[in-house]
Amino acid sequence: MDETVKKYTTRREFFKQYKKKSRLQETWNRFLRNKLAVIGLFIIVFIMLAAVAAPLIANYDTDAIRINVPDRLQSPSAKHIFGTDEVGRDIMARIVHGARISLVVGCAAIAVALFIGGALGAIAGYSGGKIDDVIMRCMDVFLCLPDVLLALAIVAAFGTNLVNLTVAIGLAFTPKFSRVVRSAVMTVRGVEYVEAARTIGATNTQIITNHVLINCFGPIMVQVTLYVASAILTIAALSFIGLGIQAPIPEWGNMLASGRVYMRDHAYIVMAPGLAIFLTILSLNLLGDGLRDALDPRLK
Amino acid sequence: MFKFVVKRLIAMIPVVLAVTFVVFTIMWFVPGDPTNIILGNEWSEAASAKLKAELGLDQPFLVQFFHYTTNLVQGNFGMSYITRAPVAEQLMARFPNTLMVVAGAMLFCVGVGVPIGVYSGVRAYSLFSNFTMVVGLLGISFPIFWLGLLLILLFSVYLRWLPSSGLDDGFASLILPSLALGSNYMANIMRITRSSMLEVIRQDYIRTAKAKGVKARDVVVKHALQNSMMPTITVIGMDVGTLLGGVVLTETVFSIPGTGRLLVEAINKRDTPTVLGCLVIMAVCIAISNLMVDIVYAYVDPRIKAQYGGGKD
Repeated sequence: MDETVKKYTTRREFFKQYKKKSRLQETWNRFLRNKLAVIGLFIIVFIMLAAVAAPLIANYDTDAIRINVPDRLQSPSAKHIFGTDEVGRDIMARIVHGARISLVVGCAAIAVALFIGGALGAIAGYSGGKIDDVIMRCMDVFLCLPDVLLALAIVAAFGTNLVNLTVAIGLAFTPKFSRVVRSAVMTVRGVEYVEAARTIGATNTQIITNHVLINCFGPIMVQVTLYVASAILTIAALSFIGLGIQAPIPEWGNMLASGRVYMRDHAYIVMAPGLAIFLTILSLNLLGDGLRDALDPRLK
Repeated sequence: MFKFVVKRLIAMIPVVLAVTFVVFTIMWFVPGDPTNIILGNEWSEAASAKLKAELGLDQPFLVQFFHYTTNLVQGNFGMSYITRAPVAEQLMARFPNTLMVVAGAMLFCVGVGVPIGVYSGVRAYSLFSNFTMVVGLLGISFPIFWLGLLLILLFSVYLRWLPSSGLDDGFASLILPSLALGSNYMANIMRITRSSMLEVIRQDYIRTAKAKGVKARDVVVKHALQNSMMPTITVIGMDVGTLLGGVVLTETVFSIPGTGRLLVEAINKRDTPTVLGCLVIMAVCIAISNLMVDIVYAYVDPRIKAQYGGGKD
């Protein structure tokens, strides 16, 4: 008895080496071979960990918000790794708590864009014809304004709080996603399994959500990664010109804006926030490019 | 060619109109009563009603939009709520500064990005090519406003070579803003040019040209360059829009009195007509740049010209 079980497991081990690797695994292996993409993944995971662990690194109320004038404008030291800002707050504490804001607002905005733009793009790409024309011409109009300006206009009209900002940036990125999803949907629209689903009586909604969108997941994820980078940059940009996240909430863009007055004598004050934005954008760009190459090896 | 340009010009009108409508609608939601802003301490029920009738603010939305566009066509952007001066005057004063910065950035993008892209495409996988790829990668991830601050620190605070703000020193004061605004797009253009050059340089007709004994320089300039320019031109055209978005940041960093700064100031003061004016003029610029890209397309690619008027004139 014992022997047969043992034989069985060894036989399975034997066949395992001939088993075809799954597509996901192949993609993952290709991704791992791309050094830059792996570096990008490391950096963004590091930033995410810092954001999650922010309360452990520094207390939000006492270190990142409370004004502490006696400690103002201190150069980097062991106590304050990145120094202190113009009212004595620890820049390190504000950077890690700022990471939470940037990442959450950036991802939430792209979720809004993906939801609205994705729905519109899927409908346009799947139906084609007049519906496609109407939706896409509307989206083209929005694409005439750069996303910073569109977000600016929306924030100007509805005011600058966290929710409005998220929605504004989300809406500003909606047309881009509608195009991405539309073209992805159009590539799988005519394939056999969609025909098959229709033959067995699936509704249009079922076909779009269960068959079409699932198969467009890869290229859409690539764009999500790249656009989260742009969204985070847009948040920082709006905050930098004073129309985004308002002081005293720590955000990288508004830290740069308030620090720039003091940068002539205290250059370190603009280094850490700028570097944080730069590394986040860079890592997401590397990750997105890596994902694209891994998903579609022909492009390389 | 003339027919082509006219056709594209006519196609531009509905786009500009639609963008104006979108911006006008968004601005319609600005909360608060504009007469509060205009009248300030002199506000009274009667004065407010009178002013509203004067400005047409008591009219329905579509009527207001109609009035706005008919005025716009005549070059009347309305009256600023704050300064009570025509918005067009302010735009005329500020817009040339913006145009100078954008033109400077454009010159930098194209003047540096394209040659480097071409060279590193031709000499792919050389040390120089790899170096430019790294620079390009870092360049597209640099936030404009941070780069601006760093440039000020290096060139005006430490080295004292260039002015850090304003436009008073003529050409010298344009250098840093153009660099800051253009670097992102320079990196982008460089990458695009390089990859399309890489593609073209492997084609059969390049090998044929080389086999015929055409000089290496002529192969690149006469055969490869023209065929690899399409993606670059598209990106250059698209970037005009992004540059105009970025100009808001650049003008803030370098304290340049341009349209971008005017826009931000107007938003802070809830000066809706000025906000509208700035956005509309930027949208028109973007539409014009798209038109120019189409025209350049037709020059570079004879197939497009052939679609309109057989490519004769």
